[in-house]
Amino acid sequence: MRTKTAILVALLAGLHVVLLFAGFFAPYDPTTQNRDLPYAPPTRLHFKDSSGFHFRPFVCARTNVLGDQPDSYQEDYKEDRSHEYPLQFFVSGTSYKLFGIYQTGAHLFGVAEPGKVLLFGTDAYGRDELSRVLVGGQISVAAGITATFIALLAGSILGIIAGFYGRWVDESLMGLTELFLSLPWLYFLLGVRAFLPLHLSTIRTFFLLTGVIGLIGWARPARLVRGMVLSSRNRNYVLAARGFGGSDFYLLRRHILPETLGLLLTQAALLVPRYIAAEATLSFFGLGVNEPVPSWGNMLSTLQQYSVLVSYGWLLAPACALVVTSVIYSSLADVFHSRLKSYST
Amino acid sequence: MNYLGRRLVRAVLLLIGVSALCFLFTEMAPGSFFDEMRLNPQISLETIAALRSHYGLDQPLLVRYGRWMKSALHADLGYSIAYNTPVAPLLWSRAKNTLLLTTSALVLTWIVSIPLGVWAANRRGGLLDKTINLANSFLVSVPELVIAVALLAIAVRWRILRVGGMMSADYEGLSAWAKLQDVLLHLALPAFILVLCESAVIVRHVRASVLEVLGAPYVQAARGFGISRARLLFRHVLPVAANPAISLLGFSLAGLLSGSLLVEVVCGWPGLGPLILEATLSRDLCLVIGGIMFSALFMVGGNLVADIMLLALDPRIRREAADAH
Repeated sequence: MRTKTAILVALLAGLHVVLLFAGFFAPYDPTTQNRDLPYAPPTRLHFKDSSGFHFRPFVCARTNVLGDQPDSYQEDYKEDRSHEYPLQFFVSGTSYKLFGIYQTGAHLFGVAEPGKVLLFGTDAYGRDELSRVLVGGQISVAAGITATFIALLAGSILGIIAGFYGRWVDESLMGLTELFLSLPWLYFLLGVRAFLPLHLSTIRTFFLLTGVIGLIGWARPARLVRGMVLSSRNRNYVLAARGFGGSDFYLLRRHILPETLGLLLTQAALLVPRYIAAEATLSFFGLGVNEPVPSWGNMLSTLQQYSVLVSYGWLLAPACALVVTSVIYSSLADVFHSRLKSYST
Repeated sequence: MNYLGRRLVRAVLLLIGVSALCFLFTEMAPGSFFDEMRLNPQISLETIAALRSHYGLDQPLLVRYGRWMKSALHADLGYSIAYNTPVAPLLWSRAKNTLLLTTSALVLTWIVSIPLGVWAANRRGGLLDKTINLANSFLVSVPELVIAVALLAIAVRWRILRVGGMMSADYEGLSAWAKLQDVLLHLALPAFILVLCESAVIVRHVRASVLEVLGAPYVQAARGFGISRARLLFRHVLPVAANPAISLLGFSLAGLLSGSLLVEVVCGWPGLGPLILEATLSRDLCLVIGGIMFSALFMVGGNLVADIMLLALDPRIRREAADAH
């Protein structure tokens, strides 16, 4: 159990470090287009050439041979084995801003120009899919975390108010949660999104989106927190503290809020992947983060064309990233949940 | 009957609440349907103002809400500006397809997950139980979007099922039997995606509630009488364990409807989903509100059905309802 938790936390931390330093791990800028390399399949890393085996892998230049076969509409690429570009580590390439402030050009790996190392292939505009998955992941995961934060903040404040003050406040707030819970969330999300302007700058879209997702999701955490507060409100130590003259605020801060922490943590681990998926779904529909800024959702939306879906399998990379992220988060939520259960019994 | 009456009142109140919430949101909306028109130099501002007053958009919130309520009572649910017709008939033509998809997915989900859940509980800790558990936790955590896109990719790639829309191009020329076959073949993929997404949660719950009942003293007594395992499970345990599972029906309906919106868009199924998405993109607010109301109506209807089923199947609730009377 302990090792499992440790492994999961390490995986989670690793994932977030990679996404946080996405610019460094990505070999190229996610918005740079290579019009001569549309839908290029992933570059193969070679170890062997005519002179024997190399420990340092190398890639070969590729040319688009569309048109060699007259009835083919698909892009087709041929490798040119005469030019070799060995893979180099810690190279300087296109500059980017780390955390949005620090300007640097350092990348983990790359090859000398004009060679290209495109480990996940390219999309319709010849943009490097790996770089887009990394930078897009930054946006998608940040959206999920921000939305979770908003939902938990709103939910716990309202839940505490409802649970602590009871009576009509409780009744009306719980009626409101029922209203929010009785709607299918995607319909609700689309509805609320319909009331907001369609085209916005990326930053504003990001905050509107996370705000909407978070505000729709407050109801469930609010109910759970309310339950916790209700049960802890009449514990003997809380009653004793009240008897000693503790104010409402003191009781909440000192005795009741700490009780809900485990619950909130579990909820967070549960909600983050769900909200990442929500953002991806909205962007997939074209209602979220807009091109050219990548996000996992809008990258997947090109797959709505069946021809793309069938021919260019590497464009499913963001889907794989979504799966990995979700599985890590929800396994962690499971672990938290079983811990919480074993505490309370 | 008092029990059902109270549920009905609650449902109506809920629907009114949802509509009020929707109108509050429209009030906060910064843009409107006519924004695109305003960019067009050939349409004068007076025309737009006339159109606005024609559709009653210049009225205050309460007046608009009152009018909408009246229209809802006439079963119109407001007026779609983009399609220039009342909303309800428009929605209904699409809602039929959504209903076909969701109900068939729902029935299939239950047919699949009840035996699986009972089976897993029966072989608790066994290989089968572990496999089901693992598959469940994977399916629960993977986003529906990914499942939908991945299955669509598989179906398109290997041409397993018919994809795109609800009917083939030559649908009209087919015989009645071939028509049915054609629709079913188109239905199979979206329904399968939904079943895959939904059944994981339900299998978990069925397994948990069956396990709980299996530990009850009366089950041990029944076992002591030497009743066969199958009879014990399906005659003595399942009816009792069904209660929490049926309560879940209403809850799972919300997930099913959301999932179906997504799947409809991905697979091109002509249900409510693509219509609502289109309405969202063109800012046809009445249509969006109508769509939300329809989904709320489905939910409320599903919950009522669950309540009736509980009342019919569980004597404990019947007695409770009678006591309250």
